[in-house]
Amino acid sequence: MKRQSYDGVVLTAPVSVPYVRYSQETAHWWIARALKQTLEVASLSPRQLDGFSVSSFTLFPDTPVGLTQHLGLSPRWLDSIPMGGASGVVALRRAARAVQAGDADVVACIAGDANRIDSFRQLLSSFSRFAMDASYPYGSGGPNASFALIADAYMTEYGVTREDFGRIAVAQRANALHYPNAIMKAPLTLEQYLSARPISEPFGLFDCVMPCAGAEGFLVMREDEAQSRGLAYARISATIERHNAFPEDPIQLRGGWAMDIDELYEMAGCGPESIDLLQTYDDYPVISMMQFEDLGFCAKGEGARFVRARDLTITGDFPHNTSGGQLSAGQAGAAGGYLGLVEAIRQVTGQAGGTQVAKARTAMVSGFGMINYDRGLCSSAAILTGDGV
Amino acid sequence: MSNPLDQLASALAGGTVEIVDLTHTLDPDFPVIVLPPEFGQCARFRMEEVSAYDGRGPAWKWHNISMNEHTGTHFDAPIHWVSGRDVANGAVDEIDPSVFVGPVVVIDCSEGAASNDDFELTPEIIDAWEAEHGPIPADNWVLMRTDWSKRRGAEYLNMADDGPHSPGPTPAAIETLLKRNIRGFGTETVGTDAGQGAHYVPPYPAHYLLHGAGKYGLQCLSNLDRLPPKGAMLIAPPLKIKGGTGSPLRVLALVPAGSGSGETK
Amino acid sequence: MTDKLLPPKKKNPQLRQMVPTLPPQMRSRAALGLTAAAARGAFSLQHCQECGAVQYPPRDACCACLSVDLAWRKTPREGTVIAETRINVSPDPYYRERLPWRSGLVRLSAGPTVLCHLHGDVGRGDIVLMDLKLDKAGQGVMIALPQERSPDMADDPQLRELTAHPKHRRVLITDIRSPATRPLIEALLKAGASQIFVGESESWRRGSDHAAIAGLDKVSVMPLDVSDPSSVKRLAAEIGGKTDILINTARHVRPGGVLGSDTVFAREEFEINALGLMRLAQAFGPGMASRTADGVNSAVAFVNLLSVHALSADPQYGAFSASQAAALSISQTLRAEFRASGLRMINVFAGPTDDEWHQPLPPPKVAPKALAMSIVEALCEGLEDVYCGDVAKDLEERWRRDPKVLERELAGGA
Repeated sequence: MKRQSYDGVVLTAPVSVPYVRYSQETAHWWIARALKQTLEVASLSPRQLDGFSVSSFTLFPDTPVGLTQHLGLSPRWLDSIPMGGASGVVALRRAARAVQAGDADVVACIAGDANRIDSFRQLLSSFSRFAMDASYPYGSGGPNASFALIADAYMTEYGVTREDFGRIAVAQRANALHYPNAIMKAPLTLEQYLSARPISEPFGLFDCVMPCAGAEGFLVMREDEAQSRGLAYARISATIERHNAFPEDPIQLRGGWAMDIDELYEMAGCGPESIDLLQTYDDYPVISMMQFEDLGFCAKGEGARFVRARDLTITGDFPHNTSGGQLSAGQAGAAGGYLGLVEAIRQVTGQAGGTQVAKARTAMVSGFGMINYDRGLCSSAAILTGDGV
Repeated sequence: MSNPLDQLASALAGGTVEIVDLTHTLDPDFPVIVLPPEFGQCARFRMEEVSAYDGRGPAWKWHNISMNEHTGTHFDAPIHWVSGRDVANGAVDEIDPSVFVGPVVVIDCSEGAASNDDFELTPEIIDAWEAEHGPIPADNWVLMRTDWSKRRGAEYLNMADDGPHSPGPTPAAIETLLKRNIRGFGTETVGTDAGQGAHYVPPYPAHYLLHGAGKYGLQCLSNLDRLPPKGAMLIAPPLKIKGGTGSPLRVLALVPAGSGSGETK
Repeated sequence: MTDKLLPPKKKNPQLRQMVPTLPPQMRSRAALGLTAAAARGAFSLQHCQECGAVQYPPRDACCACLSVDLAWRKTPREGTVIAETRINVSPDPYYRERLPWRSGLVRLSAGPTVLCHLHGDVGRGDIVLMDLKLDKAGQGVMIALPQERSPDMADDPQLRELTAHPKHRRVLITDIRSPATRPLIEALLKAGASQIFVGESESWRRGSDHAAIAGLDKVSVMPLDVSDPSSVKRLAAEIGGKTDILINTARHVRPGGVLGSDTVFAREEFEINALGLMRLAQAFGPGMASRTADGVNSAVAFVNLLSVHALSADPQYGAFSASQAAALSISQTLRAEFRASGLRMINVFAGPTDDEWHQPLPPPKVAPKALAMSIVEALCEGLEDVYCGDVAKDLEERWRRDPKVLERELAGGA
């Protein structure tokens, strides 16, 4: 059966609450700030909000249900998206269908997380049952170690070098220097990337994101609603989502996008050549490179050659992670799964400021999340379009 | 002074009568008699702390102790041995308390025991003692001095593959003492019998003959070298254990000052 | 090839002794199956009873057919390392102190991919043998070992964390009179133990191997009577700070049931076999538990010898069996109490031993030498429960199958 389009539903009011490395504030505090900002952009009061979608790792013991009372909301549609780096695109998929069906008029999609001293360790040790049973006891390297193993196998399989990963990290840092909220504010050279202290080999310091606190958000509403409120908005051309793809692969050298990419382009009615900018989920450069391949920008195993040939900066021929990605902007828990999406909305609506890609009208955002045991289980992607500047 | 105890009191105060402790310290590592392993064994002295001014008892310290009736310096009642099982009042709680205080003679066998682990107390030795000190009076305790109490560790039981080797009386010696109608017989070794006493006829003559005749035993005594051959008074009251066959006890001797024999002279 | 582990230097008395930390110890109930297998040296994974798919990580339903009928079964150990990493940064206190730490992904010939510790001799592309071992938290973990054994392979620092290897360690054997003591001394010295203390009770009794044992190189005979609290405390005060492995060989056994016997023998059996274990643990345990992160010769294990009839009574040895059941129960409590320190409580179960107290019994009986080998193997492999000899293995198997049936069989006349 042919999938329904997302006609008539738009994304608007993108907001990013500036990240901080460590904060005493709670997830509730961060989520409240993002929600207040996005509602203010649309001139909505909390009481007018009838749909709410939340992603957070650090709400415990609360759930989004508790948040409604905490924040004084009375939504008629409530969602919780516990999918880490895939949360942004998945949240928009759910919210867009709810608005399309009339179950909600306006859905606020918010992701935010706290980061206190030691909360990262506590999060890692109880991240999932398989992680607790079968990965964390083996050196407790957390995702760094798990993805280092994937990187090790990926490099061996496809002849990729650390320099190739370094190109991605260095380009993103260059982008981040134009993004005022980025945690990383100093330039990064390839030499610095290569000589950084090892974290979990083959990874060095600049392969890894910096955990921090922060929040991101946007609103989903009908296109006429956005127009009547005078809001700039992005349309949704196509989306995909997949979980636990290719379980028979002994190690993750491809993500779920590879199962669904053809459908994504078919629904959008375009191909990779039409994409003006790409926001990948960059918990590590190797995962971004994997997305270049699985999202159809180059063939499998050609990721290294692709990054050698292309310029990934804002002004380059393949603008990628224009706000610096998590590698340079920081990883604020589940908000890391929103970072690229919120930036993409800004880009195609001409609101990206210093990171604005010229003539950006079509953006692809992909998400990736939840290393349950040995691999990331959730993948998602969306193609957004806007009227640009 | 009409009260003889007043005289004793002043003798004790004046130092003309001394008190000699004939008792070994009750110590978990003090040897006890060892029987073939298939038999029940004599329990060693054991002490466990119940509290020591701590959470188990903030202001006091005390111990639970456990042992056999025949552990450490101890008293043997007639019912200890099969030959004395029918002796009237043969249990420690039934014995007339007058038995527990009385005169004592000491037969010095220390020289012989020094050169012969299996040294025997014989009627001839008793005769020789009597030739020097006069007949052993009736109802006296008779103690066999061997200086065995000065031995430590493995030397004390002196166990070999053929059993322990330590001095003791021959059956004839015990019969001689019974003819003197002694009150009881005591030694420095782990038993009143010789280490090899099982090989006499009857086996363990001191136990068999003495207890059969309603006499008492004392063993694991020490400081016998501080007693005179005669003229001392023994105080040896066992615990009043219902139906008890013996008891660890504190054995004391009242000794006229300067009358001790052996090394202390 | 693994570098040979060097003997520890004398300690710098101005440095604080490392406080024991543990690797992550939380596990799901299903994952405790790995711990149970590792405790006895088995390599078992869950196998689906409907479709046969081998599962890992442990789970509650088959990932191939959704059956919930998953059973722990012996599984081939072969696998191939498909990726490796050297972890240089970890937020976990235990691993922070031991970095860098190597781990890898191994594709098992049985199917699943396993994240595991890597022995120093293996790396990406190697064919390896997987082993399940208990870590310092007492949980079962996977380690990839080389196919070919090499002389010093047990010295690998990551493997040594998972064992209680006697090499360079100081061992107390509690009873010189146990027939197992002499072969145990020889096996421990062969395994590289640096010093052996041997306890001797009632030295006034003689009859022990005292002279022969005291004359051995690296061996000292010390007074120790596990039935005497003061003796145990005295020896702990003297050598408790340098006892890295304690092997309790003291035991008292007398034949006989419960009816027709008094409680004198039983009391002696409980005094030595059950309360003696408690006294040793109380006197030596806290000191050992504080020294489990003390370098090459850290305290590592407390070994207790038990009759397999701790599991189910042998009516011919009624009171003795009861004392063994009590000792087993005590060892389980000690295991829980030692858990926070990482000190391993090892139980070595044996059938009738070839000694005077089992003389009329028919063979097979456990030779003292076999018992000694089992104990040292348990230390070298880091096991927690070992069944030594055919009788013990058979009885354990029957006990696992049906304790009630075993009880009836042991009652005779079946």
